[in-house]
This record gives sequence, structure tokens and C-alpha cells, in this order.
Amino acid sequence: MITTINISHVLILAAILFGLGALGVVIRRNVLFMLISVEIMLNSAGLAFIAAGTKWTQADGQVMFLFILTMAAAEVSIGLALIMQIYHQHKTLDIDKLNNLKNEELTTRTMVHGL
Amino acid sequence: MTVLFYIASLIAVLATLLVITRKHPVHALLYLVVSFLAISINFYLLGAPFIAALEIIVYAGAIVVLFIFVVMMLNLGTETRMKESEWLRPKTWLGPASLSFLLLVELIYLIGLAPKEHSTITEVDPAAVAASLFGPYLIAVELAGMLLMAGVVGAAHIGQHKRKQWHRFLKE
Repeated sequence: MITTINISHVLILAAILFGLGALGVVIRRNVLFMLISVEIMLNSAGLAFIAAGTKWTQADGQVMFLFILTMAAAEVSIGLALIMQIYHQHKTLDIDKLNNLKNEELTTRTMVHGL
Repeated sequence: MTVLFYIASLIAVLATLLVITRKHPVHALLYLVVSFLAISINFYLLGAPFIAALEIIVYAGAIVVLFIFVVMMLNLGTETRMKESEWLRPKTWLGPASLSFLLLVELIYLIGLAPKEHSTITEVDPAAVAASLFGPYLIAVELAGMLLMAGVVGAAHIGQHKRKQWHRFLKE
């Protein structure tokens, strides 16, 4: 079956999803929801790459999406480890309260660790 | 077959809209899985079956599960929902949403200026992707391996807990 898709429409879909993800980062106050919105943005960027790969019938679009996937996985694992540490120490995930990069409790803890 | 693409796109946009407006984190993650499934169908319709499978396996099957584990471990449930209902007021999202909507309209107009050609979808099968990864993009694969190694080591180090009982020789 011959399928024809207008590639501009795929790019418009990627733009809409990217906009929704960016909106999610801006309006949410919980750090976890901001990370989820970043994942939405990464996925939409990957969709744009796949659309480009389809248009020129090359494998490069899929290869680029594979690397985006790898990077997203690494970023999520480190981001979630950071979120867990933040929650254990400050007992909050509110970014309006997490505004001290150098905190006294943090410094003491790293000294006990012997780092 | 083209109408399938539009149906899946509509589901993806609706699910993503619901992700960013939910108060309970697990509800948001479930809608995120729905969004990824819809995008995966789009990938399949665009002739990228390998990436469609990989999106489900890695994105919806590993990354979202990681999110759910963290939500479970930190016990973010009821109190998050109550806090979010006071944080997500219209005066918070009305400004950014309207400005972003204007930018989105601009972007859609610019994309729509391109010549309206319908591309015939020919499938790029996994063999071609594999040949490309082992050939021209070999260095990128090695770099991705190094990035994952850094991610694993970093996450293991950042996530470790202080030991509760130290040996008396090790106590500071």
C-alpha cells in the first residue's frame, strides 16, 4: 500500500509537541514534572529527525534518534539521582525553595563522605 | 493510510497536553506513555520500524519506568497532588501559554511556507540503520558508550546513601 505523508505536517507535529514540553518546563514548580517535560521536548526533536530521514530516504535520521535516546537515558538517570538526593536532604521538590547552590548541610555531608 | 498518521498525531498532542496539566505524578507518567505509544505509531507510519520498536522499549519501557520507580521511592502521591492544585493556577500558566502559543503560530506558518509535496514513504529497514551505525557513525557509537558509562558511574555515585554504621577505625 502506497502511503504519502506531507513531511511539513510531521514537522508541525514536532513543533507542537516541543512547544507543549517547553510550556511544561516553564509553568510547573515541581522538579520532577520539569524533567518529564524535558523528555517530551527530546522526543519531539527526535520526531523531527525521523521526519528528515524519511524525506531523504536515509538511515541518518534514525541513527540520530538513537543517539538522542541514549543521551536522554543518561540524562534521566543522573537527573533522577539528583532529584532523590535533593528530596532526601531538603524534603521538598519545590524549585522556588531550592535556590541555594551552596548550602551548609550539603557542605557538611560531603566532608563526612571524605570526598 | 495517511489518516492513521493524523489520528495518532491527535492522540499524541492530547496526551501531551494532559501530561503537563496533571497534578498526580503517576497520572502524568501514564499519559506520557500514551503519548510515546502514539509517536511510535507515527514512526512506524514514517517508515522507521526499528525506531518505533526502540521508542517503546527504551523510552516508554525504561525511562518512564525509572520515573515511576523514583515516584514510588519518594512516595510522591497525595501531598504532591494537594500542593500542585495550589501551584497550578491560571495566573501561573496564562502568560507563558499565550506567548508560547503566538510563537507556535509563527513556527507553523514558517513550516507551512515550504512547498506542499507529499513524500512517498519507503521503509528504511533496520539493516540499513545497522550498516550506517557500523560504518560512517562508528565513532558516535563509541562516544555514546562513553556517555552511558559516565551516566552509570555518575548516577551510582550521586545516589549513594551515607552508611549508618561506620567501623570504629573509619569514624571521623
